[in-house]
Amino acid sequence: MNDKKVIWKRKPLIKNRLLRIGLILIISTYLLSVFLTTEIDWQRILEGIPRGKNFIFAFFPPDFITRSDEILAGIFESLWMTIVATIVGILISIPVSLGAAKNIAPKFVYFLSRGVITLSRSFQEVLLAIFFVKLMGFGPFAGMVTLSLSTIGFFAKLLSEDIEDINKSQAEAIKSTGSSWFQWVNYGVQPQVMPRFIGLSLYRLDINFRESAVIGIVGGGGIGSTLNTAFDRYEFETAAAVLIVIISIVMIVEYTSSHLRKLIK
Amino acid sequence: MPIIKQKDYKTWKKFDRKRDLQNWLCWFLGTLIFSFCFGLISSKTIWFYVFDSHNEALDLLGRMFPPETNYFFTLIKPIWDTLNIATIGTTIGTLIAIPLAFLSANNTTPSKKFLRPLALFCIVSSRSINSVIWALLLVAVVGPGVLAGIIAIGLRSIGFCGKLLYEAIEEIDENQIEAIEATGANKAQIMTFGIVPQILPAFTSISIYRWDINIREATVVGLVGAGGIGIELDAQIGDLAWAKVSVILLAIVVAVVFSEWITAKIRKAII
Repeated sequence: MNDKKVIWKRKPLIKNRLLRIGLILIISTYLLSVFLTTEIDWQRILEGIPRGKNFIFAFFPPDFITRSDEILAGIFESLWMTIVATIVGILISIPVSLGAAKNIAPKFVYFLSRGVITLSRSFQEVLLAIFFVKLMGFGPFAGMVTLSLSTIGFFAKLLSEDIEDINKSQAEAIKSTGSSWFQWVNYGVQPQVMPRFIGLSLYRLDINFRESAVIGIVGGGGIGSTLNTAFDRYEFETAAAVLIVIISIVMIVEYTSSHLRKLIK
Repeated sequence: MPIIKQKDYKTWKKFDRKRDLQNWLCWFLGTLIFSFCFGLISSKTIWFYVFDSHNEALDLLGRMFPPETNYFFTLIKPIWDTLNIATIGTTIGTLIAIPLAFLSANNTTPSKKFLRPLALFCIVSSRSINSVIWALLLVAVVGPGVLAGIIAIGLRSIGFCGKLLYEAIEEIDENQIEAIEATGANKAQIMTFGIVPQILPAFTSISIYRWDINIREATVVGLVGAGGIGIELDAQIGDLAWAKVSVILLAIVVAVVFSEWITAKIRKAII
């Protein structure tokens, strides 16, 4: 027996020492440069703290009653918008996702569809909403168009990844029966991606409802407009009520959609 | 999958009659709901504007081209700010999300009755309020600027990272923890040697994924005054300087594609 103590040490996360030190250096210089280049007005923040306190206290107690008609109308408008936008968005996404799957589409279509997806993903819903409100006028229609278009980027991207992962032999079996292209997609591909398809639709419904709360701020209709109006009128109690309503609806939608997704699995 | 016998031949159908009827009913109800909702929307729409929108779009595109390329150089600082909002915001968000995730995971929470629902509530409320609304509130508190954006993005990220992280914690392999426990490790040691190594890959991929999302979100928090390229965008739209707006939009697309490329690289390197 030797008396030498054997000490075990955990392996470092990054094996290469040079890389480890280099990363630490890069990160610290980055943080330093961020710190030096961002102007933070501490004076304003100190001033803001009591103001913020007043602001937060102005939210209490939440007032559901005074503007209950407007809150209800806003919520229903958001719901209609969400449902229509999700359906329209999914309908457009289906051909796009078929086009964006490497194993189905020819090169040219593939790049075109990927381009559409990237474009739709790069712009936030709020940004798109600004333009559509300008083009189509205020109201839920512009909001609906915005949500449908941003659904494409999300839905088509994830669905096309699932289509790329399908079991080839099943699809080939359908093809070997002499099926046409549409029959092949309908019987060979579609049943394989269906569980994911339903899961994604429910998930997107949930997201679209949440987003509908903000596109109203730039004029896209829905509960966001109600919230914005409440802020503009300095009726913070109503704004608090709207926020609480949004949170609880999102909770309900999320709970049911995750429950449904589990059921389908 | 029934085979239906006709007089002198057999046909194959995907579903039997009952399933067919069910499917038909679902489609019927779906169409009904859709048309009802669309009817409500269209009653609030001024269709003249919608049908006129292609003219408006062409007009807008005409004003946007050619983009004012020189303007790009004034955009460098806002783009840098946007990147910082996303990066620092993500860092703050994930750091706060870690303890919350441990509190809300079924197998690590210290108290199921009190702390877990509380932590879950924090996660859900952070998730359900969009970062623009967070920014709207924060601009009033800390004043317009980058800081409000960072906090808004951070607050919004807590819920996202927290939710995905606690799901990852709930899926860990209990055997490994038992093995560590068997060596006589205390709670903190179990945490660092049993749980952390198992969730580290999930944690990195979640934070990278959120960073990618946050780059996009950081472009819009400026619209309500919370710093970054959004402030510039808001100002130029207000000025109706569409040739500059198109430069900003291009810059956003480039930034997003760049961030997507980087996240793909990092993910490949890690996994």
